[in-house]
Amino acid sequence: MELTKLTALELAAKIRAKEVSVSEAVEAQLEQIEKKDSLYHCYTSILADEARARAKEVQKQINDGTLTSPLAGVPVAIKDNICTKGIPTTCSSKMLEHFRPPYDATVVECMNAAGTITVGKLNMDEFAMGSTTETSYFGVTKNPRDITRVPGGSSGGAAAAAAAEEAFLTLGSDTGGSIRQPASFCGVTGIKPTYGTVSRYGLIAYASSLDQIGPIARSAADCAAALDVISGSDKRDSTCVDREHYGYLNALTGDIRGMKIGMPAGYFAEGLDEEVRKSIYQAADVLRSLGASVEEFDLKGVKYAIPAYYVIASAEASSNLSRYDGVKYGYRIEKFEGLQEVYKNTRSEGFGNEVKRRMMIGAFVLSSGYYDAYYNKALKVKALIKQSFDEAFEKYDCVLGPTAPTTAMKLGESLSDPLKMYLGDIYTVSVNLAGLPGISVPCGTDKSGLPIGMQLIGRPFGEKEILRAADAYEHAE
Amino acid sequence: MKAYETVIGLEVHVELATKTKIFCGCSTAFGGAPNTHCCPVCTGMPGTLPVLNKKVVEFAMAAGLAMNCTITQKCKFDRKNYFYPDLPKAYQVSQLYLPICRNGGIEIEVNGVKKTIGIHEIHMEEDAGKLVHDPWEDVTLVDYNRCGVPLIEIVSEPDMRSADEVIAYLEKLKLILQYLGVSDCKMQEGSLRADINLSVREVGAPEFGTRTEMKNMNSFKAIARAVEGERKRQIELLEYGKKVVQETRRWDDNKDTSFAMRSKEDAQDYRYFPEPDLVPIEISDEWLSEIRGRQPELRDEKKKRYEKEYEIPSYDAAIITGSKRMADIFEATVAICHKPKEVSNWLMVETMRLMKEAEMDSEELNLSPEKLAALIGLLDAGTINRPVAKEVFEKVFKEDVDPKEYVEKNGLGMVQDEDLLVSTIERIIAENPQSVADYRSGKEKALGFLVGQTMKAMKGKANPGKVNEVLKERL
Repeated sequence: MELTKLTALELAAKIRAKEVSVSEAVEAQLEQIEKKDSLYHCYTSILADEARARAKEVQKQINDGTLTSPLAGVPVAIKDNICTKGIPTTCSSKMLEHFRPPYDATVVECMNAAGTITVGKLNMDEFAMGSTTETSYFGVTKNPRDITRVPGGSSGGAAAAAAAEEAFLTLGSDTGGSIRQPASFCGVTGIKPTYGTVSRYGLIAYASSLDQIGPIARSAADCAAALDVISGSDKRDSTCVDREHYGYLNALTGDIRGMKIGMPAGYFAEGLDEEVRKSIYQAADVLRSLGASVEEFDLKGVKYAIPAYYVIASAEASSNLSRYDGVKYGYRIEKFEGLQEVYKNTRSEGFGNEVKRRMMIGAFVLSSGYYDAYYNKALKVKALIKQSFDEAFEKYDCVLGPTAPTTAMKLGESLSDPLKMYLGDIYTVSVNLAGLPGISVPCGTDKSGLPIGMQLIGRPFGEKEILRAADAYEHAE
Repeated sequence: MKAYETVIGLEVHVELATKTKIFCGCSTAFGGAPNTHCCPVCTGMPGTLPVLNKKVVEFAMAAGLAMNCTITQKCKFDRKNYFYPDLPKAYQVSQLYLPICRNGGIEIEVNGVKKTIGIHEIHMEEDAGKLVHDPWEDVTLVDYNRCGVPLIEIVSEPDMRSADEVIAYLEKLKLILQYLGVSDCKMQEGSLRADINLSVREVGAPEFGTRTEMKNMNSFKAIARAVEGERKRQIELLEYGKKVVQETRRWDDNKDTSFAMRSKEDAQDYRYFPEPDLVPIEISDEWLSEIRGRQPELRDEKKKRYEKEYEIPSYDAAIITGSKRMADIFEATVAICHKPKEVSNWLMVETMRLMKEAEMDSEELNLSPEKLAALIGLLDAGTINRPVAKEVFEKVFKEDVDPKEYVEKNGLGMVQDEDLLVSTIERIIAENPQSVADYRSGKEKALGFLVGQTMKAMKGKANPGKVNEVLKERL
């Protein structure tokens, strides 16, 4: 039996049944990382000693009955923009290369309390800005399905690790598609929850009004189990709302009879790869065969989602990333004359080009005289997108479409044409702008064997519906 | 020279008296070793988020209601972005678009003339840290203790026309805030700081002149001098046919003049936008009326009540209510001894004298109402006479002694032994034949001398009324 092939829930069940010890699971995972990571480079740091020590502790708690969570004993990995106490949290940036947070993110506390074991931190696009993981200061992550391809981004390390069995379950973050798009490119499942479902405390901000943490795994059920662990209000994040009775895992009944699914006709027009289009239509047929109704409809307003997204996200990023100034923590230039040079040279050297590009866009759109033309207009577009989704959800339980217009690009193809890269976010960014939950589920491959992902979008806090549909779809195949 | 009018508006920053900071649980206490009142949130560590202290909203609402403002029931925070080492996030969380209070005003009185000064808005924001330059090592260090201490900024309309009006406005503001308990308003600790916007124009001119701004003034005296100095400087410029430049200036109180800091062209673009880490604040009607119901009696009402209820003179009522601390002591003492006139006298005369002697601010006054009431009781019961009472009061004021214990321990009680009094007086009469003769020939003054001699002989512990009475009998 190859342990690392199991899903997180399968492994936890074996641990509970004493068929496998937590230490065996951790060793198997570390061995797989050892074997594969020099090739794929999913990790920015590997916590072998910490994981081994913690495995014993968790085993003890399972044995004495104090740990009964469905994920107890499962090795997991965390995207490197989520703070882990005393452990480097770099955002894959030179700026935070040596930053060790003095605290754990709320999601990390939740996972620890549920008995998971963190085996490492995962590579990403620098400060989560990018769609390929190529903007990482520590080098690119390769797509385990084809190492000449990108894994997607920004949670490229998280998706690739799940795909390469270098982790059973990972936590990523999604601001404009950063969980769903890499999940789609690597052939795994990833969910971005409704804004406000998961605490952002300890998530190093890119765009605060859009960022959400979510799980990536090899099954919808694993994602549901992880979401059960990390959801809930947090007194340290006032944008995180209080909702009782999450019970995502229990919602996976396999029964989607009568579920109404809408497919935005506009999603299947120009710019969409033909093979991707075909796969989504086939997936729609599968969902129909399970008893759901699927029909096309007209989703208005999403046309301007990409410019609106890049205006809002960049504006917030320009403010959020101003704190990296060489004064308090992180990188600081060694030689300087005066304060202005500390700022200028630290930031010039500490940040990569994509981050600088977005901070400049952001500073521009917020500057006096341009605020109304850009930022305010983008907020109006955001409101319109929310409204057209609200209208769609009066008729449908979820919205089905592609996650990305293409399968994974070749390495090195994207960064030279950022505008083209931005357009690849067309199906994902509107979900963040509207604050909705979205899940990417593998739905076949193209002719070169590259994974294709379908996206199910739910109504606000409608995670149960999209997880149920995703789970039912997985089992239908 | 033409006749000019000065136009002044103020932006006053007030540190609120909450126990904890605006977005985290750190202490707001003044002082403390550098960087001991901070945490990952107020030092802007990556990944941290602010959570609003509800008390800050309540204090801002209370201030707004007391200044007759409209409360913005749906308000929110914005980010003001700029780089400075004392600002760890490189943005200050403040309110630009929807400040919590708007369109208010307070009444001031200068030389008997009443006038309303408009309040444009009051907004909530966080304070920054403090840079400390070490000239020895030639390095600058940052202390983040003040970082995240809650502030309100009170922005007036340009309604003031003289330094006297500015001071009257500030005095009034300070009293309102102290009465509300929302700030201690200690200027020397920086909990009340004012920026002065000032312009001049010819009397009757329809438009305002070009204004300058003087930042972070922290004493009333300096403010008065700065207003006067800047007024003169601007008029001089205009008289010589020059123009006033819109700029920020720094008032140097030692040199009695101001210096240009930065012009409008150098003004920073703060790139304000809504703070995405905080949810909008919704103030329900219930919450608003709860705060309204909790508003304490403010100075003007209190003064009127003192005149009516306690029948003390308007002048005395004004002095006592001119300090929240003094008014608190007055009311607490009256509640025990029910002698408002007597309490007022002790505060107006002896307390004022001793405070002046000690160069003490009335807010620092630490006089126990119980002990003052006890002292008044001793006097009233005839246990001690008034001169002794003054001596005991000084001890109460300075050393917080218990009046009863002190009188007993030092044997200061009045002598009640009538035989002793009579025999002493007979002796005094025998020893001072000249004074006796003077009195008998109609020189009333001589009686005072004889009373004094008797009191002295009895070590000040006789009842002066009784001495008078017995002396007159014997003469």
